[in-house]
Amino acid sequence: MASNWETLIDEMKEGSIRALTRLITRVENREPGWMEAMKRIFPDTGKAQVIGITGSPGTGKSTLTNRITRVLVDKGFKVGIIAVDPSSPFSGGAILGDRVRMMDVCDLEGVFVRSMATRGALGGLNQSARDVVKLLDAFGKDYILIETVGVGQDEVEVVRTADLVLVVCIPGQGDAVQAIKAGIMEIADIFVVNKADLEGADQVVMDIKTMLDLDMDTSAAKPPIIQTIAIKGDGIQELLEQALVLLKTLEKRALWQEVRVREELIGLVEKEIVGLIKKNWKKDGGLDKAVQQIIAREIDPYTVVQEIITPLVSFLPGE
Amino acid sequence: MERKIRVLVTKIGLDGHDRGAKVIAYGLRDAGFEVIFLGVRQTPDQVVNTAIQEDVDVVGLSILSGAHMPLAKRVLEKLKEKGGEDIIVLIGGLIPEEDKQPLKEMGVVEVFTSGTDIIRVAEVINQHVKAEK
Repeated sequence: MASNWETLIDEMKEGSIRALTRLITRVENREPGWMEAMKRIFPDTGKAQVIGITGSPGTGKSTLTNRITRVLVDKGFKVGIIAVDPSSPFSGGAILGDRVRMMDVCDLEGVFVRSMATRGALGGLNQSARDVVKLLDAFGKDYILIETVGVGQDEVEVVRTADLVLVVCIPGQGDAVQAIKAGIMEIADIFVVNKADLEGADQVVMDIKTMLDLDMDTSAAKPPIIQTIAIKGDGIQELLEQALVLLKTLEKRALWQEVRVREELIGLVEKEIVGLIKKNWKKDGGLDKAVQQIIAREIDPYTVVQEIITPLVSFLPGE
Repeated sequence: MERKIRVLVTKIGLDGHDRGAKVIAYGLRDAGFEVIFLGVRQTPDQVVNTAIQEDVDVVGLSILSGAHMPLAKRVLEKLKEKGGEDIIVLIGGLIPEEDKQPLKEMGVVEVFTSGTDIIRVAEVINQHVKAEK
């Protein structure tokens, strides 16, 4: 029996995990009524601290997330984890395999883990991830960890929704700095050199320091570089202490907040508009027809797009 | 709306042979599902906890150990307890013919034995999963 949104929200606020997960699914799927639901829970958000964890595959992010969660739980905090994996561009399906690496903490009281696929498309994951973060926030989580693979554009975007970003790398990947995708370097608040027992760990630290020294802006404090062996738990306490200290630094949060809210607004609007356009376009086979015409070179894609956009422009204020 | 069907694929109990489960997991991904793959040696509690948090539509259990009857029973009971009675349970693996009906009577929607085509599994899932939650 499908519960209505009101009931689910009330139950979620009372602590029902089932209601929370249902809300997450509905919001992620953009089921009718989702925006009203988000409006209703918005006043209950703004309390949780969001930590983004990113880096190339194989760097031990899930293990790290597992460890960090453990320490937070031991300190008495409630933790929500969003683990992101890429959707197949061909089938639209995905293997969500991060959870299995966090089995230690998944079943702990106060820990909630949700796996999400990127689901491709414009503003695809980043917007739903933001919404899921808000739901976890409203549910009462103190910390929300978002774990993604920093290789796709979607995943970089997701991490930008965080208050604090950890970028993870390991020795043996050649030039560590090259291995970290551009864009992620700039948003890193802490660099974590994991698997620090492997040969080359000190070199990685040097590489990162060198790269940071090249940064012209000498006024801002440089992000700390912390070595860990996540699988053993080494360095985790130190990492967490640094993270908690940085989270308290108001100055950085204020600056970032504006950027994030702006991105969120644009992301939301983009997604809604594109969704509406696509829906209309597909109706009556308009999109399919245009595709065939372009393939047959009867028309060019730019003309097609102009035909779609021009009528809309007249509705915009000030145009 | 952008509905994706979420399927939990896992081995349950002590048996560690997961190749079949992996083949199914990847096959279901290629059929367009989002697959949460838990690997091996999961307990009924862990499976149900995951099923609820991940709000899956389907729980797929791979069992080669012969313990399918008690394990299926536990999972179905726990799902009901935690509010997951609408989650579809499918079982794959080494299941004797005579156990298929009793499993279905317990509430398992379908039992797949070795050599089952992924397409068939995908069909069953699409048939049984409701459109809206």
